[in-house]
Amino acid sequence: MEPNNTYSFVIEAGKSERHYWRDLWRYRELFYFLAWRDILVRYKQTVIGFLWAILRPLLTMLVLVIVFGKLAKLPSDGVPYPILVFAALLPWQFFANAFSEAGNSLIGNSNMLSKVYFPRLVIPTSAVIVSFVDFLISGLILVGLMVWYGFFPDWRILTLPLFVLFAFTAAMGAGLWIAALNVKYRDFRFIIPFVVQFGLYVSPVGFSSAIVPEQWRLWYSLNPMVGVIDGFRWAILGGNTQLYWPGFYLSIVLVLALLASGIVYFRKTEKTFADVI
Amino acid sequence: MPTAITVENLSKKYIIGHKGRESYSTFRDVIASGAKSLGKNALAFVTGRKIHSYRSYKEVFWALKDVELDIQRGDRIGLIGRNGAGKSTLLKILSRITEPTAGKISTSGRVASLLEVGTGFHPELTGRENIFLNGAILGMSRAEIKSKFDEIVDFAGIEKFLDTPVKRYSSGMYIRLAFSVAAHLESEILIVDEVLAVGDSAFQKKCLGKMEEVGNQGRTVIFVSHNMGMISRLCSSCIWLDQGRIKEIGETEKVVNSYLLDGTAQLSGEKVFPDDVKKPAQLKRIRLLNQDNEVALKFNCDQAIKVQLDLRYRKRLPGLYGYIGISRPDGTMVLVSDSNDVVGGKSLDNLPDGDATIIVTIPPRSLGHGDYLVHFALASELADTFHVDVPGVVCGFSLDDFTSKRGNSRDGYFSMLLPWQIHDAKEWTDTGL
Repeated sequence: MEPNNTYSFVIEAGKSERHYWRDLWRYRELFYFLAWRDILVRYKQTVIGFLWAILRPLLTMLVLVIVFGKLAKLPSDGVPYPILVFAALLPWQFFANAFSEAGNSLIGNSNMLSKVYFPRLVIPTSAVIVSFVDFLISGLILVGLMVWYGFFPDWRILTLPLFVLFAFTAAMGAGLWIAALNVKYRDFRFIIPFVVQFGLYVSPVGFSSAIVPEQWRLWYSLNPMVGVIDGFRWAILGGNTQLYWPGFYLSIVLVLALLASGIVYFRKTEKTFADVI
Repeated sequence: MPTAITVENLSKKYIIGHKGRESYSTFRDVIASGAKSLGKNALAFVTGRKIHSYRSYKEVFWALKDVELDIQRGDRIGLIGRNGAGKSTLLKILSRITEPTAGKISTSGRVASLLEVGTGFHPELTGRENIFLNGAILGMSRAEIKSKFDEIVDFAGIEKFLDTPVKRYSSGMYIRLAFSVAAHLESEILIVDEVLAVGDSAFQKKCLGKMEEVGNQGRTVIFVSHNMGMISRLCSSCIWLDQGRIKEIGETEKVVNSYLLDGTAQLSGEKVFPDDVKKPAQLKRIRLLNQDNEVALKFNCDQAIKVQLDLRYRKRLPGLYGYIGISRPDGTMVLVSDSNDVVGGKSLDNLPDGDATIIVTIPPRSLGHGDYLVHFALASELADTFHVDVPGVVCGFSLDDFTSKRGNSRDGYFSMLLPWQIHDAKEWTDTGL
């Protein structure tokens, strides 16, 4: 049998792998299979599997609406408060889920890491993809809410895919960082729930970022999720919402930097995963 | 023959921390030790005295050192050596799971490695789903898996259970399916760690047959096993690793022989093993005792040989059993005994934590004269890893036959004295046949 040279490789200590991106492309179906496994298993193991993806954001939204909308009576820019909250909850929950799932993904698949070769990037990315599926399911709730309130978006909704991509980039960047750090330093697993909980309140999920005083908005935008969430509101809620552009650009830069540094750090540490996990 | 794998100057270093068993650290430790060493350095600076740095807690361990290899295409190579000799590390580097510390490897062609049975299998998923998942993890495309699907199922013999979650599979079915997926990956190089030990003997034969077939197609096979019989049957040449270095390389028969004999040279009638806290159960000491309960190396065929096994349990393991094999120095197994052979006997898996001593008696007049090696293993088919403790050849002894007429000058693995009954020829034909 003639060797298939596209699969040949040379490994030299200390030199980075030349074929990494080629391999990643070759293993592209593994993204799908791992995500498919996680989704399949989730729905096989829990009776309310599918319902869970609906119930969790719905209940969170109810609490936020009651606390911020009804009790604190924060302004809603003329949009029904549930829709205002949900348009933000959608990217926020995607980010939070992706962050925690990706963070634990390498540890959860430690067996595979120590026994089989494949580009390690596949694992946290699949975790983000699984969260993305949940995000799409939650998206249906938003559609339901909009129909219920008779609230219809304008042309800006067409830009939504761009903001989805933006949210995905943010989730990937943060996910890669936490996944790699968590392998090396196991106490990062305690940081994950903290970031998720804390982030819900420091990001404009339960309220509109318009209530943040003007002089603080650029500072506020240092939280990259501010840009993501504002972008979602801008695209979904239409005319009434204004985007704070300087902050938004800052968010884009931060998110891109997060992703780039995440990939670099992940690539740097992934060679030692099998040894330390 | 063109080369399939070239390994130059390969070394792999592990740093063993003495503070804990885990190889990962916590961020807290890093910060704390950083602060500590900063403090110490400051103190050293002030007092002008030298103080150990934090690094001195760590020990460097070379799992592989300067390994050079040239493997030709179509070779079937056996990799042998004691536990900790570096076999798994070499396989892991060849499979690209971990990086070498120094050196270079080049391969020509696709590598399929089966270091563990069913990596990535999910117990909740069905056999069918797991074939696709496992195939993808091993690097097969969906189209490739689809085209091989029937062959895989057929080889594993699990047609009826395709849509049953694998958590309901027997361990035999599980390993059959897992091996089958890996064996059907179109690869030029197949790397198999000791995974076949789990299946039943019919399946083991089938797997060996498959690997032979793979070798005959001009594909390269690297096979690790503690079973010298399997190595001899499958492999044309053999590499013996010892403490991270190649000790001998060459024709299988020759290498296996010197590997097994090497054991006897250092052996005595007693061997003590260091504590390995990673093992849930292990052999602590083995002794060969004569009739006066003294440790001995030389016995005669008319004496019973008592094998005393001191075991240490750290965790209760379901299905744990012990294995003793008595072989000739060339590896030919003469006598094998499993602790679960005897029905109703006290099984090993229900012993409480702590130490236990077991005596296995080889009755007098069973083995023939000559030199023997004693192999020992603890295993469990129900545990995560089949091999619980595999020290391999643990001791050896020699037997003299003083009773039989020709004594040590005759052949034979057994020394039973068979009665020769004399019957009148006519009488015998009348009574029976």
